[in-house]
Amino acid sequence: MHRFLTDAIEFMPILLLGVKNTILVTLGSLVLSTVLGMLWALMRVSGIRALAALAVVLVNVIRGIPIIVQLFYIYFVLPDFGITLSALQAAIIGLGIAYSAYQSENFRAGIEAIERGQIEAAHSIGMGWTLTMRRVVLPQAIRIMLPPYGNIMIMMLKDSSQASTITVGELALQGKLIASSTFKNTTVFTLVAALYLVMSVPLMVLVSWLERRFGRK
Amino acid sequence: MIELSGVHKSFGAHHVIRGFAATIAKGEVVCVIGPSGSGKSTILRCINGLEGYDRGDIRVDGTRVDRDHRSIRTVRMQVAMVFQRFNLFPHRTALENVVEGPIFVKKEPRADAIRRGRALLARVGLADKERAYPGALSGGQQQRVAIARALAMQPKAILFDEPTSSLDPELVGEVLAVMRSLAEEGMTMLVVTHEMGFAKEVADRVLFLDDGVIAEEGRARDLLTNPRNPRTQDFLRRVLHPM
Repeated sequence: MHRFLTDAIEFMPILLLGVKNTILVTLGSLVLSTVLGMLWALMRVSGIRALAALAVVLVNVIRGIPIIVQLFYIYFVLPDFGITLSALQAAIIGLGIAYSAYQSENFRAGIEAIERGQIEAAHSIGMGWTLTMRRVVLPQAIRIMLPPYGNIMIMMLKDSSQASTITVGELALQGKLIASSTFKNTTVFTLVAALYLVMSVPLMVLVSWLERRFGRK
Repeated sequence: MIELSGVHKSFGAHHVIRGFAATIAKGEVVCVIGPSGSGKSTILRCINGLEGYDRGDIRVDGTRVDRDHRSIRTVRMQVAMVFQRFNLFPHRTALENVVEGPIFVKKEPRADAIRRGRALLARVGLADKERAYPGALSGGQQQRVAIARALAMQPKAILFDEPTSSLDPELVGEVLAVMRSLAEEGMTMLVVTHEMGFAKEVADRVLFLDDGVIAEEGRARDLLTNPRNPRTQDFLRRVLHPM
């Protein structure tokens, strides 16, 4: 136990550097996936056939390609087309796009769960599509979207470890580097696992706060 | 005020409205009665563009109702609608429901809209409920809030789509009382209803709709007490004496 603690203290600065990158990747891709996901969902329910079809194609293409391949594509293939991104940028964009498909399906389910009568009532007082969405549909849909959204956030935190495959020094990669140079696998990976757990707790608290905030009638 | 001529409407193979024609004058109260499936609600929904129609012409104050044209929003602001299931916004209080249209659609100053909204809630007898959410109100109270929400748009006419049909019997009266007071103040109203008492007392005219066409129309008292068409006679007999 004593050994574990001294090792832990020694490794912690390197792991915390990884934590910082994990947080950056997670938050960045969370914001991007939320914005894109909402965009795809709104296209899908826009009632404009071409936009809806485009959204369906985008979501299915994104869903059908493994995240790791999307990351490789953005980091290793785009430079061939003159777009060079840092590993961190590529990770945020790649995970953001990959998760936008899941976000979009969740948002769409929330929007479509709102009763037809609500939309008719909004129309009957002269609201157009945008106002109906903003004032009537989305505020009610958020309550439905939140629990799955919380799930997606936690999955994204964990999937940020995939950024290690394109050289982002996030928590999993930092851990692997220390482990392979010290052979202290037990110590290192126990710490890595504990740090992921510690990071997911605030997310869980945030979700339950959001549910209470938007859930009250 | 509202003119319909030769209106046809199908849902798939089901031809619901088969050449509906009627004119509702300013200040007139017209009740539409008829068996379920006769197209009563559909006609109402066509007038403010919640449904499209296939043929014919619907005009509100001379403007053609076309749900795919931007003008539909103006039409909807002029012709408010009260729904069978109230359709209040559950995430907003009674007062917020009422001022939603004035503030966000008509862009009225918030303070003015709220002042008017409170007056409207008082007018439908719910001054003390402005902070209540729809879920905490009875059906009758919800429908009165919905009427206040419709009035808040200062419409030229109000369409009522079976406004009391989903209410418990003891709550029907409070909603009808509000509607009667509106009628007395000269509001143009088109009311789809099964409340024959209300139709007889309040309506100027009654249209009996059967199978998508007007089978009989006339002054309320005449048509309801002395129907000529055998279909009307049969319908009224069954409504008034269900046993």
